[in-house]
Amino acid sequence: MSSMRRWLDNIHPHFAQGGRYEKYYALYEMVDTFLYTPPDVTRTSPHVRDALDLKRVMSYVVLATLPCIVFGMWNTGYQAHLAMAGMGVGEAAGWRGAILALLGVGYDPASLYDNIMHGFMYFMPIYIVTLLAGGFWEVLFAGVRNHEVNEGFLVTSMLYALVLPPTIPLWQAALGISFGVVIGKEVFGGTGKNFMNPALTGRAFLFFAYPAQLSGDSVWTAVDGFSGATALSLGQSGGVAAINGAGIEWMDAFFGTIQGSFGSTSTLACLFGAAFLIYTRIASWRIIAGVFLGMVGTTLVLNAIGSDTNAMFAVPWHWHMVLGGFAFGMVFMATDPVSAAHTDTGRWIFGLLIGFMTVVIRVVNPAYPEGIMLAILFANIVAPLIDYGVVQANVRRRIRRRVGATS
Amino acid sequence: MEAYLSLFVKSIFIENLALSFFLGMCTFLAVSKKIGTAIGLGAAVILVQAITVPANNLIFQHLLSDGALAWAGMPDVDLSFLGLICYIGVIAAMVQILEMVLDKYFPALYNALGVFLPLITVNCAILGGSLFMVERDLALGESVVYGVGSGAGWALAITALAGVREKLKYSDVPDGLQGLGITFITVGLMSLGFMAFSGIQL
Repeated sequence: MSSMRRWLDNIHPHFAQGGRYEKYYALYEMVDTFLYTPPDVTRTSPHVRDALDLKRVMSYVVLATLPCIVFGMWNTGYQAHLAMAGMGVGEAAGWRGAILALLGVGYDPASLYDNIMHGFMYFMPIYIVTLLAGGFWEVLFAGVRNHEVNEGFLVTSMLYALVLPPTIPLWQAALGISFGVVIGKEVFGGTGKNFMNPALTGRAFLFFAYPAQLSGDSVWTAVDGFSGATALSLGQSGGVAAINGAGIEWMDAFFGTIQGSFGSTSTLACLFGAAFLIYTRIASWRIIAGVFLGMVGTTLVLNAIGSDTNAMFAVPWHWHMVLGGFAFGMVFMATDPVSAAHTDTGRWIFGLLIGFMTVVIRVVNPAYPEGIMLAILFANIVAPLIDYGVVQANVRRRIRRRVGATS
Repeated sequence: MEAYLSLFVKSIFIENLALSFFLGMCTFLAVSKKIGTAIGLGAAVILVQAITVPANNLIFQHLLSDGALAWAGMPDVDLSFLGLICYIGVIAAMVQILEMVLDKYFPALYNALGVFLPLITVNCAILGGSLFMVERDLALGESVVYGVGSGAGWALAITALAGVREKLKYSDVPDGLQGLGITFITVGLMSLGFMAFSGIQL
């Protein structure tokens, strides 16, 4: 380790001001501070004494997505193998099939190794493309604008890759993350300066620009020509009965052995992430609780209202919780500390609003089966307003108290 | 009753004048720097919409539309080509009256709105509201609901934009994008968020 430190210190003059590679200082800084805690200390107040700096916070979030990643890779392979068995397809097409054959990996849905390797072949290219495309913009902006490359990008790219369908064309993955990073974040000045979640901005951009590759029945399982409705769209057409009719029980949806985006099918894996994030106090438990309670409350109201024509009205809350990307959005997307509300009361309102909107979009908007993504973006927009209301209410209360005390 | 409610929700969220039709952009971008002012302007727009849309509805139904002058013994007259000029005249008059009322009774709001209150006259959202009312053939009751709803939608949008812009005071926008440039991008992103409602059938 110390030789690496020495090497970094040796090349430092080249990147420092006046050095040969002055322009690429952001790259050097990124590698250095990723490996070692920066030696710089704040010279002026306020001083915050906490080892959990921004870089550590961001790495923890990436760590928290680990269960989702591993499970997502397994499930992508598992779903593909099930579909292949159903269609009588012997092996995967294209370069993926060639590599899998080279490694001697089979196509057995019962084999843990086969499933993970097959899923790996789908997840890795998308993740690498996301990292390269997003990282290019990140480093470019950091270099030109003289700020640091931030680990926030690792979180953005990981979350973004996890909410994509496995069959997405790689150029679309690159385009989406470029939009998310540049328009969603960098034009505002980088991490901490934006007002919408960059990962979701990129995802929403893709969703509206290329609906054929981001929605429908044939994109969620990584087998050519396979078509099967997702649990959510089944629910939209016939309620819980239709979901059960397709052979999906509640436990399947909870563990996540259903088709969907990479990382967001398993509610259980997301809950592991949630426990870790709440324990380390990185995610706000108020937001998570707010989203959950908002979803439950809205669902109970809609259940009570009922509808003869719309089967989604009758779907109970414990199904809403395990379907689609609800758990993933609740745990990882809604709790983004930058784009969420910043006051404690505001966080409750912010969460409740997301829960409410998610269910409303799912139930009454036939155009979009999944609601949580748009619900979070909408809540991001009104989050500053929520904070404003909370602060103003506090100001008024204190003025009243003051008047009451003096008179 | 249910029809009125769905029209109201629709005019606020699904067919938001600012973020779905991009109407009234000049004032939308110019007066959204502070939340307080934005709320004031939003309230003024709601008020003006609530008055002008039904007023124009009456004018359209009883004076301008094809055969509307039957009560005056002229069933073959179609004056609908005078629509635009009549609506804008009504709007201008309403704004003038509103300005005097505000000056007299709410001087603080009057001062805060300043030059933007007369600008409501040429706010395309207001005229757009009246034109949509004609296009959709709304009855008088519906036009009241639509006026209030579309105004409220615009007010919600400008207040949210002001909130975001107050937050963006702490951001670090590149030189070339400062001011209006970043505001345009912000509005575009907000519109993306409002897409959540598009497609809802009520």
